[in-house]
Amino acid sequence: MLYLPHTSDEISSMLQVVGVNDIDDLFSTVPDDCRLKSDLNLPEALTEWELNNHMEALSKSMAVSPEYRVFLGAGSYEHYIPASVSYLLSRSEFVTSYTPYQPEMSQGTLQAIYEYQTLTAQLLGMEIATASHYDGATALAESLLMAIRITKRKKVAVSSLIHPLYRQVVRTYFEPTGFEIVELGYLENGMTDIAGLDDMDDLAAVAIQSPNFFGCIENLRAAGEKAHDRKALFIASFTEALAYGLLKSPGAQGADIVCGEGQSLGIPRSFGGPALGMLASRKKYMRSLPGRLVGKTKDLDGKRGFVLTLATREQHIRREKATSNICTNNSLCALAAVMYMASLGGTGIRELAGLNHDKAEYLKKGLKKAGCKIAFKTPTFNEFVVEFPAGFEATCERLMEKNIVPGLSLTPYYPELADHYLLCVTETKSRDDMDALVMEVQS
Amino acid sequence: MKESVGTTGLILNEPFLWDKGRKGRCGFSLPRRDVESVPLDEELRGEGPDFPDLSEVDVVRHYTRLSQWNFGVDTGMYPLGSCTMKYSPKTNERQASLPGFAEAHPMLPPSLSQGVLRMMFELEQYLAEITGMDATTLQPAAGAHGELTGMLLIHAFHKSKGSQRSKIIVPDTAHGTNPASAALCSYCSVPVKSNEQGILSVEAIAEVMDEDTAGIMITNPNTLGFFEENSRKIAGIVHAKGGLVYCDGANMNAVMGIVHMGKIGVDVMHLNLHKTFSTPHGGGGPGSGPVCVKKELEPFLPVPRVVKEKERYVLSGDYPESIGKVQAFHGNVGVTIKAYSYIRSMGAKNLKKASRLAVLNANYIKESLKGTLHLPYDRPCMHECVFSDELQKDDNVTTLDMAKRLMEYGFHPPTVYFPLVVHGAIMIEPTETESKEDIDQFIEAFKAIVSEARQNPDLLYDAPRRCKVRRLDEVTAARKPCLAG
Repeated sequence: MLYLPHTSDEISSMLQVVGVNDIDDLFSTVPDDCRLKSDLNLPEALTEWELNNHMEALSKSMAVSPEYRVFLGAGSYEHYIPASVSYLLSRSEFVTSYTPYQPEMSQGTLQAIYEYQTLTAQLLGMEIATASHYDGATALAESLLMAIRITKRKKVAVSSLIHPLYRQVVRTYFEPTGFEIVELGYLENGMTDIAGLDDMDDLAAVAIQSPNFFGCIENLRAAGEKAHDRKALFIASFTEALAYGLLKSPGAQGADIVCGEGQSLGIPRSFGGPALGMLASRKKYMRSLPGRLVGKTKDLDGKRGFVLTLATREQHIRREKATSNICTNNSLCALAAVMYMASLGGTGIRELAGLNHDKAEYLKKGLKKAGCKIAFKTPTFNEFVVEFPAGFEATCERLMEKNIVPGLSLTPYYPELADHYLLCVTETKSRDDMDALVMEVQS
Repeated sequence: MKESVGTTGLILNEPFLWDKGRKGRCGFSLPRRDVESVPLDEELRGEGPDFPDLSEVDVVRHYTRLSQWNFGVDTGMYPLGSCTMKYSPKTNERQASLPGFAEAHPMLPPSLSQGVLRMMFELEQYLAEITGMDATTLQPAAGAHGELTGMLLIHAFHKSKGSQRSKIIVPDTAHGTNPASAALCSYCSVPVKSNEQGILSVEAIAEVMDEDTAGIMITNPNTLGFFEENSRKIAGIVHAKGGLVYCDGANMNAVMGIVHMGKIGVDVMHLNLHKTFSTPHGGGGPGSGPVCVKKELEPFLPVPRVVKEKERYVLSGDYPESIGKVQAFHGNVGVTIKAYSYIRSMGAKNLKKASRLAVLNANYIKESLKGTLHLPYDRPCMHECVFSDELQKDDNVTTLDMAKRLMEYGFHPPTVYFPLVVHGAIMIEPTETESKEDIDQFIEAFKAIVSEARQNPDLLYDAPRRCKVRRLDEVTAARKPCLAG
């Protein structure tokens, strides 16, 4: 076996040092009634070349570009990833190291994460950001719990236009806690109805996603003001980080905590994971943040260096009183994100975000001309909801046979929205791709 | 000793990204603009982040230099206890980056995603087989996330029986995340001490287990590197009072193909694919923490679940008792592909062999360093052995000093000051992928350091001098935090 270096001679000499005759003797502490009595029932071992064939066959059955044109977004976005980012990310010094508990041997990871925290804070308009969370959904759940810890209140208001799967994760996290979740409905224009907030007391937090699940850009400032009137923290959530290359940042609109998904920033979709939970806040909430943080410091010679810091919030010191149970997070995904943000630069991210917006507008216009209805008037970024003629399901099937996945049906998540689909257009879709979709919808 | 692998290499300095930026550079091939510009409402438009502009060369050099300040398993031996830093096979990376997997959208209809669904379905079965459990979820993103999922399952189980309980037993030899995970489910943890052999006694559990206790979280093998020999009897006591047994399976690397976790009364356990199943740790993730359960807990597993209908795989959300979701989509699929590839490459025989060699390596280190270092529990260990700095007290040298000096010999230090039950703990887990020669060098290095401690302790106090930085001021870092530049 390639990964097991021991020769039989070496095994014998090691056994001699240990003072036993057989490796079996080392398992003498495992009682007989705890043992597996037969061999594991697993498929026979494959050679490297057999494995290649097997995995290639599995991967070929998947619908991906360029064979397929997929107009799905909804929390997972198709963006170009420069070869330089993938290449740098495969540096084994980054890939095969552990959490940087020994900072002297981990300065590479630590400086990179410090830079990630810095650029993330800039992107979201906040003062500080954590080293990473699992995904946008868990980052939201942890943000809500953080607000509950800070305010010592037990109720949160969550927009019904936050990604439905994120809300499901929040419900799962909240189930054993006794904390209450109130959902805010939505208006005809595709924005969250924040009027209901006026009657709510004892709120720990108000959470709004922008662009929301319908792709609509929310009025974060108005929602934030209402939250602050109720003395609640205002949490802005997002699924498409690239939007903030173009839109006003949540921090500039009064958010106290910003959390969301960073997959768009150079991370392959990989059927939904690994992803990147981003979480940023105002500095005054620093000691209540969940998860890892990297801080700048000095070494014995006064030279700049980096360490994991504020560990007294964490589980290995605080145990059950910790601000979170997070240990392993998604460090390498944060590294991908900072490499991607650095490659784009301030100029590039603006241009790319603009292009996403403009392409989506192009498709909107085309579909409108083809007789489809754009469901909501509110401006959008790179996703929007289309109300197709009744019975679009059949058209959808036909399109898939032609290698086009036109979007996500909203009916399972919002039963009142029959024939409504969420479509996403990124820079990876050409004008021809969009024209083809419009033509097929028309026919 | 043979010449140490530690040496002084050429380490380059590198400024922050933002100190390298020059407005007007770009490291990204911007896609062609084939549509007209549509201005967005002024009120919605922001200024955009003030990121530095860099060329591709700038970015590549920056991160290449940073990477050289890091040490990984590919660089050398990384014997962090309870972290199972084994070699990560390169073929696994290749498989996970196949376009069909890497570029797949998580909400593709099952008809267009059969390949990944089959992979997930089979991996769930393999993990159930390896642990001796009945069903698996791949959704949890890491070990601690698996623990949380396990606690949520236990909570849902008791709720379905109409009897909510408030406590959970957590031994002192459990992983540090266990109490925090239990607390997230509003459980109050009841600490239990291990006995003089470093394992749990039946009596200690019998004393605290009652009908208000939801269950027990046992790390097995535990963080002292011992198999919990009484686990079957302990499970009996917990079950008799209606509780459930959670096993932290982070140390499963010691017992693949050897121990049947189902048989010893485990009801729910998590695995760390980034430990036992060779997926790389990425400098702190992404990991993957699948949870395996017995039949009685299966209805509560997160949704959607992959189900096989005739020869097709579908995603089903039709589990009314499910706890819901712990991640937005299907877990860290990219990581699970690597673990799947590992299991397919190894097969049953080599997985078992890996466990046997991991245990041999740990015992070899234990016997070789016994006497040089204090061994608080002198008995056969599993995947790791735990020493302390007791014998170095007279030299005024601590575990931390020895750990830092080890860097200069070219080794990543072991886990230090954990588990808490051993004062000044040095927890060494070599894993099976280290060869005898590398382990011998490690042993010799440790012996040399211990003799330096006696003769010239300054070498240890001053260590490390060969890394990018010397010891760092962690106190000021925490007192006056600077988290962004």
